Amino acid sequence: MTNLRYDDTEEALRANLRAMLATHSPWTAVLARVAGTEEPYDRDLWDRLTGELGLGALAVPAELGGAGAGFREVAVVLEELGRAVAPVPYLGSVLATRALLSCDDPDLLGQLATENRGIALAVPFSAAPGVPVHPVAVWDGSALYGTVTTVADALAADLLLVPATDGLYVAQARAPGVAVAPVVSLDATRPLCDIVFAHAPARRIAGPDATARALTDALTAGAALLASEQVGVAQWCLDTTVGYLRERRQFGRPVGSFQALKHRLADVWVEITEARAVARYAADCLATGDPDTELAAALAQAHCAAVAVHAAQECVQLHGGIGFTWEHPAHLYLKRAKSAALAFGSADRHRSTVARLVDLPAPTPSVSG
Amino acid sequence: MSTDPGDRLPGLVAEFLRRHDPAGDRLGFLRARFDAGLAWVHYPVGSGGLAAPRHLQPLVDDEFARVGAPDNRPRRNGIGLGMVAPTLLRHGTTAQRDRLLRPLWTGEDIWCQLFSEPDAGSDLAGLTTRAVRDGGDWVVNGQKVWTSLAHRARWGILLARTATDVGKHQGITCFVCDMTAPGVQVRPLRQLTGEAEFNEVFLTDVRLPDDLRLGGVGEGWRVARTTLMNERVAIGGAPAPREGGLIGLVARTWRDRPELRTAGRHDELVRLWVRAEAARLAALRLRQQLATGEPGPEGSAVKLAFAELAQRISGFEVELLGEAGLRHDDWTMRRPAETDLLTRTATHRYLRARGNSIEGGSSEILRNIIAERVLGLPVEPRSDR
Ligand SMILES: Cc1cc2nc3c(=O)[nH]c(=O)nc-3n(C[C@H](O)[C@H](O)[C@H](O)COP(=O)(O)OP(=O)(O)OC[C@H]3O[C@@H](n4cnc5c(N)ncnc54)[C@H](O)[C@@H]3O)c2cc1C
Repeated sequence: MTNLRYDDTEEALRANLRAMLATHSPWTAVLARVAGTEEPYDRDLWDRLTGELGLGALAVPAELGGAGAGFREVAVVLEELGRAVAPVPYLGSVLATRALLSCDDPDLLGQLATENRGIALAVPFSAAPGVPVHPVAVWDGSALYGTVTTVADALAADLLLVPATDGLYVAQARAPGVAVAPVVSLDATRPLCDIVFAHAPARRIAGPDATARALTDALTAGAALLASEQVGVAQWCLDTTVGYLRERRQFGRPVGSFQALKHRLADVWVEITEARAVARYAADCLATGDPDTELAAALAQAHCAAVAVHAAQECVQLHGGIGFTWEHPAHLYLKRAKSAALAFGSADRHRSTVARLVDLPAPTPSVSG
Repeated sequence: MSTDPGDRLPGLVAEFLRRHDPAGDRLGFLRARFDAGLAWVHYPVGSGGLAAPRHLQPLVDDEFARVGAPDNRPRRNGIGLGMVAPTLLRHGTTAQRDRLLRPLWTGEDIWCQLFSEPDAGSDLAGLTTRAVRDGGDWVVNGQKVWTSLAHRARWGILLARTATDVGKHQGITCFVCDMTAPGVQVRPLRQLTGEAEFNEVFLTDVRLPDDLRLGGVGEGWRVARTTLMNERVAIGGAPAPREGGLIGLVARTWRDRPELRTAGRHDELVRLWVRAEAARLAALRLRQQLATGEPGPEGSAVKLAFAELAQRISGFEVELLGEAGLRHDDWTMRRPAETDLLTRTATHRYLRARGNSIEGGSSEILRNIIAERVLGLPVEPRSDR
């Protein structure tokens, strides 16, 4: 039966990770990085997460050297990383791992798990499951050519998984013939980049059919798991706003005692309560290979994206002037939430998927003369 | 032999079914099921249970449903099953549980909730119905209102004031009210649906023996809180399969009647479907959490979401139907035996759903509870305490 709760292992993982993030990636550090360094990712943090906690290999099966933990745990990790808007390329690595799991390339997976190599799937962050991804590159018999724009989590990758016209290729990100250019991203804590392949050496790891399957699986997993990150983002926004409204006084009383505000926050809490159930359902379906996974993923993005955006918007609004400053972390969450709402396709697209899967057909346009 | 109740239960159910014919006497079957501890498996032995973990209940219910065993029709006795039973379990004496739980579970005794008064709704602790001690009895005077099912009820769970010289929450005591006692008068109160599900109840010198007191004198508020917490779970958290609720009806209409489809309605319908599924999963998650304890604040979230959703879906349904949405089936006043929205017209559902955000704690009150008790926001300044 579907398990929507967190089990003890997951809670332990959460506690570990939360403590590590509190020490090594407080929001002050995230803000400082966003404000002014050339290095968008927190490499030290990423090394700790992959090295000490082995997060990079969490979803890789144990027999290939990974932790074999599965996607329920991955979801909990994403929840905590969302809560901290941690600038690490975890989601991208999960996506690539999922693609590789579908391609049946045990060598590469094993290498990933044991050598802690960064890997990213070279598709636009807005690519949605179920919508064909145009191959981003062509293979001329000896090298890759092509361009892919707005890719998430590829700046930190050593390896790139590249869908080309005749299959899936793996390329060295720093090889000659590969140009990775950062773009200015709405969410600076999850930097995006454009990649140009011009005579890039690569190795083919899957044919066209397997590639299509791998992309669908990866994007479905992305949509399903991103929901947990969105829950984490929303929860931070709620907790922080509640804390502020308890302290902040106007008109001789704490602002949080005004019912108009209490009710707004109660509504956010109700939304998060539902979003958490939806996100857990998606993670559980993904982890168990449930036939409902495609629907669960679409449901997750049709629902959770808006919850995170709403929570972040309320966070900015209810903090008043301070909430509108650069110094306050609220904007980091707003930007994360809003850009995540476009990731793996918009809510509207996911609603179309829901409609198709549960047989709620759109009206057929009437033919008029 | 295994001591894990999860392993033991299927055997117990099978054994029970070997000895009792599901097609035989309905009441006899239900009574025997209660006596075998297979009514609420997590209740104590003797109170309809086996002291097993709560999450095993669905296993038992499914098994009985599978063989077509008679059910105890929860919709007929919602207050009894959803709210009174957990309250009796928590606050009742052994004698009270022995006497009251079995006929409650089998549906022989219908229950009602005598909490609200004309001047005490949301601010329930402002109630003025009095109970005064007279020897071994209590004498009750006052008026209750909006009392669902009072006209069918054998028993009511009653809140009355037993002290006036203390804080308003302290002076309340809870009783089991014998609805057949002299001085209990029930008058139908017609609601905007045309039906009379609820009533006014007048209590005039009603004598209740002290053994019908539930919990300590002056502890009624604590007892009531158990009832209210369970009420929210009962209203919002009923187990349902996907499309099991109102959304399923609308989805079926959509599938069957292509001529009703427009682009705008399609968008609205899918949004509602997604929200309904989110609410369903939240209720499911709540039930999985409940397996390990008492209802928590999530009950309020689920009830609040359920009320809003029911209102939006039923409003959408009336519009979707177009011309048919202008027509109602019947305004004759009736006293429904069960509240089953799914078998009536869309117009009825739309109207009845207006009550969802009032009954069992209004949505405004639930938001206050969430904000103050869950989120810890400061209470509003008040002049009455
Ligand atoms: C269908 C139905 C069945 C019912 N069945 C039963 C039953 O079986 N037994 C029983 O005891 N009662 C029953 N009730 C009564 C129900 O519990 C009360 O109606 C409810 O608690 C609201 O109280 P009230 O009607 O006095 O409204 P009021 O408390 O007078 O509220 C009026 C309005 O003010 C709002 N309000 C009140 N206080 C606040 C506040 N502090 N902040 C913000 N807004 C506030 C309310 O939300 C509401 O919108 C039933 C009601 C309905 C509709």
